[in-house]
Amino acid sequence: MMAGVSRETWISAVLVALLVAVPLAATAAGEPFYVTLATRIAILALAAVGLNIALGLGGLVSFGHAAFFGLGGYVAGIFAAHAFNGAPLPFGFAATTAMPVIWLVAIALCGLVALPIGAISLRTAGVYFIMITLAFAQMIYYFAVSWPDYGGEDGLSIYVRNSFPGLNTAQPLPYFLLCLGLLAAGLVLFWCIQGSRFGAALEASRQNATRLAAVGITPFGIRLAAFVISAMVTGLAGALFADLNRFVSPSMLSWHMSGELIVLIILGGKGRLFGPLAGAMVYVLFEYALGGITERWQFFLGLILLGVVLFARGGFLGLLAGKARHG
Amino acid sequence: MAEPILQLSEIRKTFGALKATDGVSLDLRKGEIHALIGPNGAGKSTLIHQICGSIRPDSGTIRFLGEDMAGLDMAARVRKGLGRSFQISSLAPEFSALRNVMLAVQARQGSSYRFFRPVAGDRSLTGPAMAMLERVGLEKRAKVPAAELSHGERRQLEIAIALALEPKAFLFDEPMAGLGPEGSKRLTGFLDGLRHEAPILLVEHDMDAVFALADRISVLVYGRIIATGTVAEIRSDPEVRRAYLGDAA
Repeated sequence: MMAGVSRETWISAVLVALLVAVPLAATAAGEPFYVTLATRIAILALAAVGLNIALGLGGLVSFGHAAFFGLGGYVAGIFAAHAFNGAPLPFGFAATTAMPVIWLVAIALCGLVALPIGAISLRTAGVYFIMITLAFAQMIYYFAVSWPDYGGEDGLSIYVRNSFPGLNTAQPLPYFLLCLGLLAAGLVLFWCIQGSRFGAALEASRQNATRLAAVGITPFGIRLAAFVISAMVTGLAGALFADLNRFVSPSMLSWHMSGELIVLIILGGKGRLFGPLAGAMVYVLFEYALGGITERWQFFLGLILLGVVLFARGGFLGLLAGKARHG
Repeated sequence: MAEPILQLSEIRKTFGALKATDGVSLDLRKGEIHALIGPNGAGKSTLIHQICGSIRPDSGTIRFLGEDMAGLDMAARVRKGLGRSFQISSLAPEFSALRNVMLAVQARQGSSYRFFRPVAGDRSLTGPAMAMLERVGLEKRAKVPAAELSHGERRQLEIAIALALEPKAFLFDEPMAGLGPEGSKRLTGFLDGLRHEAPILLVEHDMDAVFALADRISVLVYGRIIATGTVAEIRSDPEVRRAYLGDAA
């Protein structure tokens, strides 16, 4: 049976084991900073798992996923602000700090916003799709910048991290475990989609959309569904990210963020189940290790990215596993 | 006589000054192979695109199973029962031969929005798909990615995908292209039996195959059908001989 397990699976298992073990050890050693670092990895990985559905499986290079990441963040921020002030939300909803409610609202909102954005953007392809998704995200970015009610350009602080029944989310380890659980759920969702009939149609639309149409499946509907699901997962990660930093600002909506999510996927290996996790680990550790030495750490990240794109199209996972994904 | 399966009336399409399709009418009847032949540049590809829905004609109607196809895109026409193969093989290159056919099976079942049940090992997909590969003699290559198949094998796979759709009519665009004499002969034998499952509109340059298979032949020259008839009628038609067949007949 051992031979049936691929090297990619082994490497992924090691990555997951590291992600779980390091925060536990750090908590035992009284070093909460490393727990926060691991939480950041888990959340960015979840955001990238979302984008990986559209980009990796569907070949849809969305340069606007920061819109969903940021919207999720603002949902967490706005709920916290209203709950703190005791003011009701628009449409008379009572504000709550309960994370499950916030998550559901973030997911639903991102799905609703992604539907028209996707329906319009998916009428185009290639570089036009990249540009139009960017344009939509920038519209939302400038809206957030110019809307003073929730901090405008300065952003919005979350004074007390939102709550989860039965857990003390203010503590680093419980919050990490929550994020880890949601990352696991996101990975299971990606895995299910990848293996399903929908996933087969989605991957076929990436490889050859004409072929898909010629068996009677309209590529547009498949792509739109993938885009919406993708946005919902990334939006959930955004809500977690805001609660991690206890702060949300328009920078979460900016095109830098969209680019960062794409970089995570390319670094880790696009279309691969654990690619986003590998990418997020490399990215965050790089930021931490080199960021302490030089402010210009992104220059070196750029060099690595160049190397990956030129010599290791499968990303780090592909490089380490050394085998084509499809056989 | 019952209404034809596929009926084109007075189809016209111009690109600038070029009349690519100049008032084409033709039909495809139950149980027949209707071959469409013509020299390069006669407008065969443009006509196929219009039948399949990837180009919209300027005027004229295309009826399939009695229904006007205007406004339906390629996928919708396929769902109505129009199964096609491409002149240049068009497959999902990363998918194995089997998965390419499984895609057609799931499309026919109308179940492409199922998100959870894995397709690998789903007998309702793999069973029919494998049966189609066996019909075209590709079962030993089921696990091979389409990109790694030989040219001839890709042509076979195209046919297997079209079969899996269980269409009401086939539209084969030069299925013999590049097959070599042996492959052409095998495919000719296969298509010969297939006409009883669904009629075939066959665009083909291989005249041996056309003369062996066709119940009727239409000759397209400069966007116009200059003759339609049985093999014997077409072979003896002086205008066809001058325009196209030359010494081959």
